[in-house]
Formats: sequence, C-alpha cells, structure tokens
Amino acid sequence: MTAIEVTPPVLARSRARVGDSVFRWWTWLMAALLVVIMLLLVYELIIGAELALNEFGTGFLSGSSWDPVADRYGAWPAIFGTVVSSLLALAVAGPLGLLAAIFLAEIAPRWLESPLSFLIELLASVPSVVYGLWGLYVMVPVMRDPIQTWLSTHLGSLPVFACQPLGIGMMSAVAILSIMILPYGISVSRDVLRAVPNEQREAMLALGATRWETIWRVVVPFARSGIIGGLLLALGRAVGETMAVTMLIGNRAQVSGCLFSPAYTLSSQIANEFTEAVSPMHISALMELGLVLFAITLVLNGAARLLVWRITRGNPVGR
Amino acid sequence: MNKLVWRKIVNRVMVFLTAFSAALGVAALLAVLTFVVKNGIAALNVDMLTRLPTPVGVPGGGVANAIVGSLIVIGLASLFAVPVGLGAGMYLSEFGNNRFADVVRYLADVLSGVPSIVIGIFAYNLIVARQGHFSALSGGVALGVMMLPSIVRTTEEMMRMVPASQREASLALGLPRWRTILSVVLPSARSGVTTGILLAVARVAGETAPLLFTAFGNPYWSFDINQPIATLPHTLFTYAISPYADWQSKAWGTAIILTSMMLLASVLARRSRRHVAA
Repeated sequence: MTAIEVTPPVLARSRARVGDSVFRWWTWLMAALLVVIMLLLVYELIIGAELALNEFGTGFLSGSSWDPVADRYGAWPAIFGTVVSSLLALAVAGPLGLLAAIFLAEIAPRWLESPLSFLIELLASVPSVVYGLWGLYVMVPVMRDPIQTWLSTHLGSLPVFACQPLGIGMMSAVAILSIMILPYGISVSRDVLRAVPNEQREAMLALGATRWETIWRVVVPFARSGIIGGLLLALGRAVGETMAVTMLIGNRAQVSGCLFSPAYTLSSQIANEFTEAVSPMHISALMELGLVLFAITLVLNGAARLLVWRITRGNPVGR
Repeated sequence: MNKLVWRKIVNRVMVFLTAFSAALGVAALLAVLTFVVKNGIAALNVDMLTRLPTPVGVPGGGVANAIVGSLIVIGLASLFAVPVGLGAGMYLSEFGNNRFADVVRYLADVLSGVPSIVIGIFAYNLIVARQGHFSALSGGVALGVMMLPSIVRTTEEMMRMVPASQREASLALGLPRWRTILSVVLPSARSGVTTGILLAVARVAGETAPLLFTAFGNPYWSFDINQPIATLPHTLFTYAISPYADWQSKAWGTAIILTSMMLLASVLARRSRRHVAA
C-alpha cells in the first residue's frame, strides 16, 4: 500500500471528484462499447445479407434449391438440417444430462461428486475441431459398419433407416452433437438443482417418500424452469456448433427423411462454402444464412436466460 | 406391502440410471482423450514443434508456425478484450444499479450465445471485406469479441464478492472512489478476475470457425498482423479433412498439442477458481 498524501481537504475533494467522474465515464464507455459491438454485429450481418434479402425475400427461407451455378439460393435444407440435428441431439443428451445432473447434485457422495464434475467439465473444454477429428476417424467407421448396417438390414422397412449406410451423415452429426452439448446440460441443471432449498427434500422424506420419489416429485419440479432453461442453452450450443458438424454431416444441401444421408446445417454450409464463394450473391446468401442462425440462437438464448435467471436470481450459471 | 417393494425397486433402478448417465459422460471424455493421446503421440516429434509444414508428399515438417500464430492471434484478442472487459465489468459491479447496466448484462449474455461462425462473419464484414485481405488482426478481433462476455461477467461477479467493509475502510481513509476501486477492490478480486480471463482464453483458443475466413491460414512464418496467419485449430482442420495419410497423422499430432494446451489452461483456471471460492 502506498502512503496516502495529505492535501488540504477542499483541494483533495475537488481532485477526487474529477478523478471519480473520469473513472466512471471511462468504465461507462467500455460498457457502452459492448452494446455498440452487439449493434454493429446485427448491422453488419444485415448489410452483408442485403443483396440476398432483396433478391429472394421471404422465399429464401422456404426455397429448397441451393445452386451457386444458377445463382439461386434457398435456405430450407440448411434450416431443416439444423433443426433436425439439434433437436435429435437434445433428445439424446437432454435426458442423459438431466439424470447425470441429478446424480451429481443429489446422489453422489462428496468425494465422488467433485472429480466427476471436473471430468465432465473437461468434456466441454475439448475443442470442437478435435471432436470432429475423433468423429471422422474413430466414430464414423464404427457408425457405418456395425451400427448403420445392422439398422438398415433389420429395420430397413422404416423410412428413417432406408438408405445406404455411409457413416458420414445426419446420424453421425447427431451423435457428436449429443456428446458435445452434454456437459452444458449437466452443469446448468446441476447448479439449478443445488439451488432447491433443503426443506423441500426433508419434508418429502419425512412423509416416507423414497429418495427417487423425493427427487422426481419435488426437487425436479421445483427446479423445472431452470432445467428447461439449461436444455435451451444446450440446444443453442447445438444450433451454433460448426466445426465438428461440418466434418461429419456430409455437406449436401438436401432434405432427406433418412438418418444416414448427408445433409447440411446453417453453420456447416457457411463454414464449407464461404471461402470458395465467388459471386457476390453467393456470399450474400451465406451471410443471410448467418442472419437466420443468429436469429434462431437469439430467441433460444433469450428464453433460456430468462428461465435460468428466475431460478438462480441473476447469478450466471453453467460456467 | 407389494407396493412398497415396487417403490423400492423403482428407487434402486432410477438411482442406478443416474449413476450410469454420469458414467457415460465420463466414458465419452475418456474415449475421445484415449484416441487423441494414442494417435497423437505416434505423430508427435520434435519436428512437429519446430518445423514449418511441408508440401504433400514431402515427409517431416511440423506446425511451429501455427503454434506461434495461435499465440499471436490470442494475444491480439486479449489486447482488445481484457481492457474493455475489465472496464465494463468494473462499471457493472461499481456503478451498475441502473437500467443501462441491466441492458449491458443482458447483451453480454446474449453475445456469449452467438454462434462462433456468426462472429466470424461479423469480423469478416468489419475488417476483411473493408481491407480486401485476410489478416491475423481480424482473427484477433473475432476471438476478442468471443472472450468479451465472459470477462465482463466474471469481473463483475468477482468484484461484487469483495466485502463492503473494505470499500468503506478505504473511503473512510479519504481515498477517492476511483482509487478505492483500483487499489483496494480490484487487487482483492485479482485472482478471480485472472481466472476469468484465463478461462476466456481457454475457451477461444480452440475455436476454428471464426478463423476460417479471418486469420485464414498460412503455410509459412508470418509475424505481420496484417497478413493471413496459421493457427493450430485451423491447421488441424485442414489436415483432418485432407485425403493424405501423412497429413491425417499430423492432424492427430496437432490435436494432442492443442488439446493438452486447452486442458492445461482449463485445469489451471478451475483450480485457482476453487481457491477463490473457498
């Protein structure tokens, strides 16, 4: 600590006042910069997509052909792929994540809980591109041969399994997405479950309920909106996830009901075509895909934050 | 009686299922790490860390330029995100009882949910399209924007945890408010704030998507922030999707370098965070 200089009170006060207002003004400016960045981001996306917005209008969203040669673009295959891949991933990772979070928050003894939480949080820090590499060379071969081949020979009468087992395609993308969003779902749900007051559990146990009944009928319903918020956050991650999906989904702009066939998502289509796009319209159409992606995640995250905030009273969770 | 037995069975089964789900999560991590370590070590050698990439068909070579490139881009990102993030975080914690601060908090949370590829497009439009060429700078800006929200929120959180008595003691000694914040509150929150910055760095260090059309990649040494630059995640991506066995094996080598750097950063960060919380 430096020595405090002794200055005549009046002078000290006026100097302090200048210092305070400069400091306050400077920190305000930094905070305002964040708002500016956010506005600029929206502005740049809209300007970038302007050409495509004017040319295709709302038909862009429903158009199903993506043809750089004829310079005609429709976003439907990418929107379809994004929605299907992320909802399926959520359907796999959501229940698993909730159960794992229940284990961590309610059941596991302390000595087991913290190393497990730690390992699961590490799962979140593996880079996306490493998941892609692992998926491409380790998971896809397994996916193609025993799994998809078996499904198509035994359940091939179902339309979702009625096509060539390629390995690369929607199913692999869903599998990798499920693994990748699992830690987010777990950590948010765990934090929310922990915020449930103990009296709730004690009352239920005192009534003679089993452990599971206490958890399922009291703790989980109490934390419901926070858990839904956590799931929405995980869904937002899945929607925006780029690299691993680009490497595994097969990158073809088509709408197919079959799980094995190659597809596209909004993010993978941008990642895959952006640097190769030549015509201004192609680039602009890709930026409009970005705009659609932005809008989807905005809605998802906005809803998720509101739900989670209500439970944890404004403390950020899931980090 | 029968009903009680049934309830006990359900209890057992469900408790087992929750443990099983947690185990599955850990198993997924181990499955990924095992292969990264196994294939990575086979590809790892001194050349990987010290040499430039070689063209297809020429054996040897490494990713030294990408290691340095990643450090440069992350350095640029921090140069931008740390001062802005600290300033904004201080504003929220010290002067943040107003409408505007709530808007900033909400936007920070929204920004943290914006997909990385969209941030890439933003940096492309903002810098690359205007300048007409890819650059390390634009990559740094993209990653910096991604780091910003988590630095802002952690700084706020950590500074709020500093007890009011410390502030009061400092103010009572006659220090002005700004001196109190910078010389008393910030140092008390220092380890938490540093952890937050480290976590933010760890999160963006593995990002590829925002660099695809900003930093772009470069097979040679580059120290010019106005030129395209190689980064580890982007090099890994290029190698991974190439059809050449030699490049694919280098992808695993790059993966083990990148993954161990990121795991190390996140272990360090979490360790010091636990220290702070205790």
